[in-house]
Amino acid sequence: MSRIFVKGNEAIARGALDAGCRCYFGYPITPQNEIPEYMSRVLPGIGGQFVQAESEIAAVNMLLGAGACGVRAMTSSSSPGISLKQEAISYMAGSDLPGVIVNISRGGPGLGDIGPSQGDYFQAVKGGGHGDYRQLVLAPASVQEAYDLTMLAFELAFAYRNPVMVLGDAIIGQMMEPISQREPVHPDPDESGSWRLEGSGERKPRVIKSLRLAEGSLGDHNLHLQEKYEKARRECRHEEFLTQDAELVVVAFGSIGRIVKSTIRRLRQEGYRVGLLRPVSLYPFPSSALQELAGQGRRFLTIEHNLGQMVEDVRLALCGQARCGFYGHLPGNLPTPDDFEEPIVKAMKERK
Amino acid sequence: MEEVLAYKSPDILADTPTHFCPGCHHGIVHKLLASCLEEAGLARRSICVAAIGCCAFIYNYVLVDSLEAPHGRAPAVATGVKRSHPDSFVFAYQGDGDLASIGLAEIMHAANRGERISVIYVNNTVYGMTGGQMAPTTMVGQKTTTTPGGRQAQTDGYPMQMAEIMAGLRGVRFAARVAVNNIKNLKKARKALFKAFEVQQQGIGLGFVEFLAACPTNWRMSPVEANARVAGDMIHCFPLGVFKDETPEER
Repeated sequence: MSRIFVKGNEAIARGALDAGCRCYFGYPITPQNEIPEYMSRVLPGIGGQFVQAESEIAAVNMLLGAGACGVRAMTSSSSPGISLKQEAISYMAGSDLPGVIVNISRGGPGLGDIGPSQGDYFQAVKGGGHGDYRQLVLAPASVQEAYDLTMLAFELAFAYRNPVMVLGDAIIGQMMEPISQREPVHPDPDESGSWRLEGSGERKPRVIKSLRLAEGSLGDHNLHLQEKYEKARRECRHEEFLTQDAELVVVAFGSIGRIVKSTIRRLRQEGYRVGLLRPVSLYPFPSSALQELAGQGRRFLTIEHNLGQMVEDVRLALCGQARCGFYGHLPGNLPTPDDFEEPIVKAMKERK
Repeated sequence: MEEVLAYKSPDILADTPTHFCPGCHHGIVHKLLASCLEEAGLARRSICVAAIGCCAFIYNYVLVDSLEAPHGRAPAVATGVKRSHPDSFVFAYQGDGDLASIGLAEIMHAANRGERISVIYVNNTVYGMTGGQMAPTTMVGQKTTTTPGGRQAQTDGYPMQMAEIMAGLRGVRFAARVAVNNIKNLKKARKALFKAFEVQQQGIGLGFVEFLAACPTNWRMSPVEANARVAGDMIHCFPLGVFKDETPEER
């Protein structure tokens, strides 16, 4: 295992390559440019393909095409560019196509700024495109996790034949940390053998599409998709930190989860019994872990780098079983552990 | 008496009644495409990228591995297919609203990159399946459901001449406009398809063939009248011809 010191964006690119990604399609946008830049340096030398597309729309449609050929491929962008990719993500979901989409999100809405924000939670988790579909969403909280979860994203995309998003932010993308690189994965060449397009040869031609006009066929396809999403629940991942004796459990994801952890360490020293639940998979959402803690009488506070998105899923999971407060850090401002002390202490002092 | 096989339908052309309207040219283009793919020995390693609208249904008739692209995005999807699976023969099948309006960025840049793909572009001057609205190719004066008084150049602009535009891009190695309204034109169309296939096979760039096609239903015409319109107004507005041929034998 080699130890290297890299930016989060480079870790994502390396994770993709170590997961067997051989095609990258992208369009420049801050703060994720190190991903296409790294890919453009490395991919051609290892027999891969790098295409700087004319737009985010074209890039994600190239991903759709590569996915249909059963090739491990990726696109990346940041918030406004991810909005443009939603159409194709819906088509990929509707056509059972794998692909990895990275969003190093920035502040919005609109052009917003290029600073960190978690304002894309709804878009990522609820489906920013049309139709009744889901994409799996993984949210790294460190550069190491950015690398690891990107590798995992490829496994999940092909296991479920579904788009998978890695949702980071400007903090994760731009920060440098040491990471341990794993042994590269050599995907089974047959992993897509039963469905991919490659020219029909001697078999019957295959059609990959999302148009379903025959009576009942769209309904049946939607049931098939729901069954797939149900199966994907087993991919739920979360981290718990000092929850065992906690009166208050803070729920926070990604970089904010990481920063809140520092606040919690400090508050523990002052005697506050506070813990952290950090969803690692945002879809599927770790609802049962929350329910378990609620059953043990914990109270909750959701902290996000937006003005209240994931908190809706936390409250939905808790279903009235326990209270959950909310503290939102404004987009564009880089939060420090200090920023979360007061809201956590305040939530702890509130009576049940 | 010895039996002589006078005609054999291409193996990859589905043996099924067509759902297209009477007088529609899609079926003729499908058959021509199927026979050319077979004759060129490309059918078994072909991947078709179908666009939306009436074009989408090509996979019900031309039986090769096929993929459906979002509206206008077929050249980008085909880029992803060809780049990830370079041994395959890749063609996109798009209509005029798809290619020349919503998908203009995708076709221009796939062409400019010289993607090793073949683009079959069927221009019938209207949004067909959607019900006959104005397309970027609607002729000046032509009535559609959104130009009830006829297309006005002053407010609606001019019909886009894609074959000529494509020929102007360096990544394109073959660009032609053809028609299938009579046998003579059909034969020229056949030649053009082979050339478009050839530039992909040679790995030198993109091949583009624009087909002028009739849409009698949305033109509110009989099949015979529609065919006559192709021969008259349409060829007048969209001249047939080869606008670029950089196949090795022509260079």
